[in-house]
Amino acid sequence: MIQRFLKSREAILLAAIFALTALIWTRFPGFVEPANLARVFNDTSPLIILAMGQMVVILTRCIDLSVAANLALSGMVVAMINAAFPGIPIPLLLALAVGMGAVMGSINGLLVWKLDIPPIVVTLGTMTIYRGFIFLISKGSWINAHQMSPAFKDLPRADLFGLPVLSWIAIVVVLGFLLLTSRTALGRSFFAVGGNPHAAVYTGINVGRTQCIAFIISGALAGLTGYLWVARYAVAYVDIAGGFELDVVAACVIGGISIAGGIGSVGGALLGALFLGIVKNALPVVDISPFWQLAISGGAIIIAVAFNSGSLRSKGRVILRKAEHTA
Amino acid sequence: MPVSSDAPRPGSGSDTPVLSLRNITKTFPGVKALSEVSLDLYPGQVTALVGENGAGKSTIVKVLTGIYRTDGGTIEVAGDQVEFATAQDAAEAGITAIHQETVLFDELSVAENIFIGHAPRTRFGLIDRSEMNRAARALLTRIGATIDPSIRLRDLGIANKHLVAIARALSIDARVVIMDEPTAALSHKEINELYELVDRLKADGKAILFISHKFDEIFRIADRYTVFRDGQYVGAGRISEVSEDELVTMMVGRSVDQIFPARSHQAGDVVLEVSDYRHPTEFENIGFTLRRGEILGFYGLVGAGRSEFMQALFGITRPSGGSVRIEGRPATIHSPASAIAQGIVYVPEDRGKQGAVTGLPIFQNVTLPSLTQTSRRGFIRLAEEFAMAREYTSRLDLRAASLDQNVGNLSGGNQQKVVIAKWLATQPKVIILDEPTKGIDIGSKAAVHEFMAELAAQGLSVIMVSSEIPEIMGMSDRAIVMREGRMVAELHGPDLNAKTLVRHAAGITEAAA
Amino acid sequence: MSLSDRHIPDRLTSPLQRLFRSWEALLVVVAVAIFITNSLASPYFLNAWNLSDATFNFTEKAMIAFAMALLIISGEIDLSVASIIALASTAMGYAVQLGAGTPEIVVIGLLTGLICGAFNGALVTGLNLPSIVVTIGTMSLFRGISYIVLGDQAYTGYPSDFAWFGQGYVFWVISFEFTLFLALGAIYTVVLHKTNFGRAVYAIGNNPTAALFSGIRVARVKFILFLLTGLMSGIAAVCLTSRLGSTRPSIAFGWELEVVTMVVLGGVNILGGSGTIPGVILAAFVMGLVTFGFGLLNVPGIVMSIFIGLLLIGVIALPRIWSRIAARRA
Repeated sequence: MIQRFLKSREAILLAAIFALTALIWTRFPGFVEPANLARVFNDTSPLIILAMGQMVVILTRCIDLSVAANLALSGMVVAMINAAFPGIPIPLLLALAVGMGAVMGSINGLLVWKLDIPPIVVTLGTMTIYRGFIFLISKGSWINAHQMSPAFKDLPRADLFGLPVLSWIAIVVVLGFLLLTSRTALGRSFFAVGGNPHAAVYTGINVGRTQCIAFIISGALAGLTGYLWVARYAVAYVDIAGGFELDVVAACVIGGISIAGGIGSVGGALLGALFLGIVKNALPVVDISPFWQLAISGGAIIIAVAFNSGSLRSKGRVILRKAEHTA
Repeated sequence: MPVSSDAPRPGSGSDTPVLSLRNITKTFPGVKALSEVSLDLYPGQVTALVGENGAGKSTIVKVLTGIYRTDGGTIEVAGDQVEFATAQDAAEAGITAIHQETVLFDELSVAENIFIGHAPRTRFGLIDRSEMNRAARALLTRIGATIDPSIRLRDLGIANKHLVAIARALSIDARVVIMDEPTAALSHKEINELYELVDRLKADGKAILFISHKFDEIFRIADRYTVFRDGQYVGAGRISEVSEDELVTMMVGRSVDQIFPARSHQAGDVVLEVSDYRHPTEFENIGFTLRRGEILGFYGLVGAGRSEFMQALFGITRPSGGSVRIEGRPATIHSPASAIAQGIVYVPEDRGKQGAVTGLPIFQNVTLPSLTQTSRRGFIRLAEEFAMAREYTSRLDLRAASLDQNVGNLSGGNQQKVVIAKWLATQPKVIILDEPTKGIDIGSKAAVHEFMAELAAQGLSVIMVSSEIPEIMGMSDRAIVMREGRMVAELHGPDLNAKTLVRHAAGITEAAA
Repeated sequence: MSLSDRHIPDRLTSPLQRLFRSWEALLVVVAVAIFITNSLASPYFLNAWNLSDATFNFTEKAMIAFAMALLIISGEIDLSVASIIALASTAMGYAVQLGAGTPEIVVIGLLTGLICGAFNGALVTGLNLPSIVVTIGTMSLFRGISYIVLGDQAYTGYPSDFAWFGQGYVFWVISFEFTLFLALGAIYTVVLHKTNFGRAVYAIGNNPTAALFSGIRVARVKFILFLLTGLMSGIAAVCLTSRLGSTRPSIAFGWELEVVTMVVLGGVNILGGSGTIPGVILAAFVMGLVTFGFGLLNVPGIVMSIFIGLLLIGVIALPRIWSRIAARRA
C-alpha cells in the first residue's frame, strides 16, 4: 500500500510541494508559519473548489472552459440582488448562485450530450456568452463594497474554529468529492466513462448522461465560488476571475488528471491546486513580479502533460511469453 | 432474481431453452450481417457457436447484449418475448458477455469491476466497500481465483482479467454467459483452468454460448453446436452426434478446390529476404524468403503476432533487430513511406481504421500513395488522377456509382478493392494482404482470390495473412505458421494440409516441439 | 486481366450543381442579405471609406483563420494564436527599444511567430500530446512571457514607416491589409485544394492511421501546419501592432475564439476532414459585415462577443438539430 503510494503521481507532486516550500523557507522562514499557510490555503480555496468540478469533467473526457465566466455571472447576479434587496437572506442567495451555476453547467452538458458537440467548442462558446451576459445585466457598471450588505460580505470571512468559512467550504467540498469519487456509483461511473466508454455502455452506463452530470457539478461549484469570490473581494464587475479557467485546468493537469479521461484523483487535483496557490502566494514574498504567474501556470501545464504522457504511451501488445514477465 | 429458479429442474430436463432467437436479421449499409438466423441456449449446457470469420458470430453477440437492435426476428428469454433496446435491458435479462478483448475498466479495482452497476450499498446509499470486497473475494474463491479484490485491474494479466469478467457474470446472477474466444490469449495451463470453470458454471445451471475457432476445444467442452455461415443459420445439434468433418463441411459449405482459382506455380528469383526479425514484446526469429510470383501464406490463431510482424515489415513499428534484403540488396525500412518507395505495400486487416480513408472519394483514395505521379511540382492534376483511378479500379472490377463517390458508401468488398487498387497503382514488388477477405461477402471473396492469383501470375509476390484454413490451403504456394510471436513451421506440398496447420498453430502435439 | 464491361463515370454531378448545393453558396446569400440590411439600416454604411475601415475588423483574424482551417481539417487545433500575437508584438516592441528599424521589426515578428508555432508543433507531434491541452498551456505561457516583459507597461515609439503595414493603402481605399488578406486567401486556396500537401491534410483529418499507412508523413505535415499557424499569427501581429502603434500584453485578447468561429462558420468540420478556404474567406466577410453593422448601431464589443459565441455553437448545433428532425420525420 505504502509502496504503491510512493510511486504514485500524488507522491511526486507532494514531494515537489514540500521541496518548493522548503526552498521558500530557506530564504523567508515567515512563509511557512501556520498563520501564513492558513492564509495561503484560504487564498487557494476557490481554485480548489473549481478544480474538483473540473476534475470530474476531465475524467469523463470533456473539458469545461466556461467555469470562470459562470463564476463571474453567478457572482454578479447575487451581488446585484443583494445590492437591490439587502433583506434577502444569504442562504437563499447562496442557493441561487449554486442553482444558476448548475443551470449554466447543464447547458454545456446538454449540448455535449444531446447534440454531440465537442466540449471544447461548447465551453469556448458559452464562456463568451456567459461573460457577455454580465455586461448585459450590469451595463458594465461595478457593484462595490458599500452596495453590499455586511452579512453578504462577512460570510466567507467569518471565523470558525480558527479558519475562515471560505476555507471550511473548500475542505467540505474536498471531503464530499472524496466520498463521491470513492463511494458512490455516480463517482465510479465518471472513471468508467472516461476510462473505457465502450465498456461503460456494455455495463449499462449512459455515457452522455454521465458527462452531462459532470458539467452540472462543475457548473454548480462555479456558481458557489461565484458568490464566495464576489463576497470575499467585496466587488463584482464584468472581468472578475478573467482567465481563471486556465488556472483551474492547470491545477487538474498538474494534479495528474489525464486529459484522455479516466485517470485522476481528488488528492491529485487538490495538490495541483495547492501547488499553483503556493507559487502564486510565494511570488511576492520572494520578490518576483506577480506578472510571472500566467507564464508559470502555462509552463506547468505543458510540463505536467508531457510528464503524464509517458505513462500513457502504448508499448504494443505482449505476445511473446518471455516478455510477459519482464514487460 | 435467484439463480435456482433457472436451474434445470428434475424431470423436465434441460431440453427447454432458456434463450431462443428466432429469424434474427441485421443489416448494415451494403451488408446483410445476419439473415433470419436462429439460436437456442439451454440451461446447464454449453452451446458452441461455430463459423468462419464473417459468419455473423460477433454480430449475434452484439444483438444478445443489446448493443445492436435487430431489423427483424424475436428474442425469447425463459419463454417470454423480450426486446433489448439498450445494453441495460440485456443485462437485466441476465445476459452477460466475456469478450475477446476484455472490456473492463483498468483504473477501477477488481471488486468495482465485478460490481459496477450493482454494488452493495450502505444505509446511506453509499457503496459498501467492505461488503463489496468481501462478496468479490467470495465470488473469486468460488471460481478458484486468488486475486486481491482491492487492487486495480490494470495490475492483472489477461488470464486474471478473464477471471474477473467471469466473477462479474456470476455476480449479476446471469442466466446466459457468452464467452467470445475466451482462450485466445491464454496459456495451456490457464485454458485448463478455464475448462474447469466452465464446468462449474454449467453445474450452476448457466446457459453458456461458447465461441471458438479451436475444434479440440469445442469437442472438449461443448454439449451442443450451432453453425452460421455468411450470416445464415446452417444447422444445430448435439456435439456427440456430429463429427469434426461434418462440422467443417457445415462451416465451409463447399469443398476447398471448388472455389479457389487453379494456379500453376512457377516461382522466379528471390524478391524479399527477411532474417531474424524480432521485436521486444511482439515477435522474434522471423526469417523467410519470398520469390517472384509466389503466394506465401501466414497462418496462426488470432493474436499470434502475424499482423504485428507485417506492420514492422511495413515500417509502422520498429523491429529491435533483424535484416531485410529486397532483390538481393540490403534495405532499411523506417516508415511506411520508405516501405512503399522500396516496393513493399500492406493491405491492413482493419479496413475501416487503417485501409480506406472513408471520408474521401474513390479516386482520391486510389491516388493517395502515388500523388507524386499524378502531380507536377506538387500541384495536383485532376485528369491524371482520374485516369489512374479509372485504370486500377477497372482492373479490379470495382462496382460504384462514380469515382467521386465516398469510399464509406461502398460495401466491404468494394472498399477492399479500392484499397488494393491504391497499392497496385504504386506498382509494388511485394504486396502484403492481411486477412484480405475478412468480413466481405462471398462473391467479393472469390473475386479477391481470383485477382490475387492473377497478380502472382503477373510476377507480383504476395504475402497473405489469413486465419481461414481453406484460404491458406487454396491460395498459398507455401505457408508459414506462427504461434505466440514465433515462426513454428514452414509448410509446402503435401505437408500443407489442414491438420498440420492446426497442430502447429495450436501447439498441442509433440510434433510442434 | 478482368477488364470490366461496365464503365464507372468520374463524377455524377457537374461543378455548377455542387457549387449551388454548397455551404459556400449559403454564405454568399447570407453575406448579401447582411449587406443589404446594413445599407438600409444605416446611411453611413454605403461609403467606400467606411467599408474600407470595416475590413480591418476581420483581415488580421482571417489571415490566422486560413492556417487554422488547415490545422482543424487535419484534426488538430491551436488555441494559442492570440497569445502568439502578444508575444510577437512584445518581441517587436523590445526590438524597437534596442533601436531596430522597420525591416528588422518585421523579421522579428514573423520569426517569433514561427518559433511559437514550432514549439507547439514539436510538443504535439514529437511527444504525441493532445493539441488542445498543449495550446491551452502555450496560450498561458506565450502571453505570460509578454506580461513578464511588459507588466502593466506598453511599448510605443514604433518607427513611422512601420505604420504602413496596418494603416497603409495600396490603391485608393484598398488597404495593404486587405490586399494581403486576398493574396493569402488565394495562396491558401491553391495550397489546400490544388496541391499534394492539401490532399494530405484532408487524408490525415479523415483518417490519420490510414493516411500513415498510405505513406503520408503525418507528423511532418502536422508540424508544418503548426508552423504555418505560428507564421500567420506573426503576420497578424505585424499588421495589428502597426495599426495600433503600441504593444500591451493584453493585445488581441480572446482572438482565438473569433478565429475558430470564423473557421467553423466557413464550413470547416470541427472534428476535421472537411472544409474549404473559400468558405473561410466568405465567413470572414460575413463576420466583418455583422461586426461593422453592430458598430454602426453602437452595440458594445462585449455584446458582439455574445453573438460570436452563439454563432460558434449555433453553426454546429443547428445542422445537427435539423438532421435529427429530418430523420424523425422520415
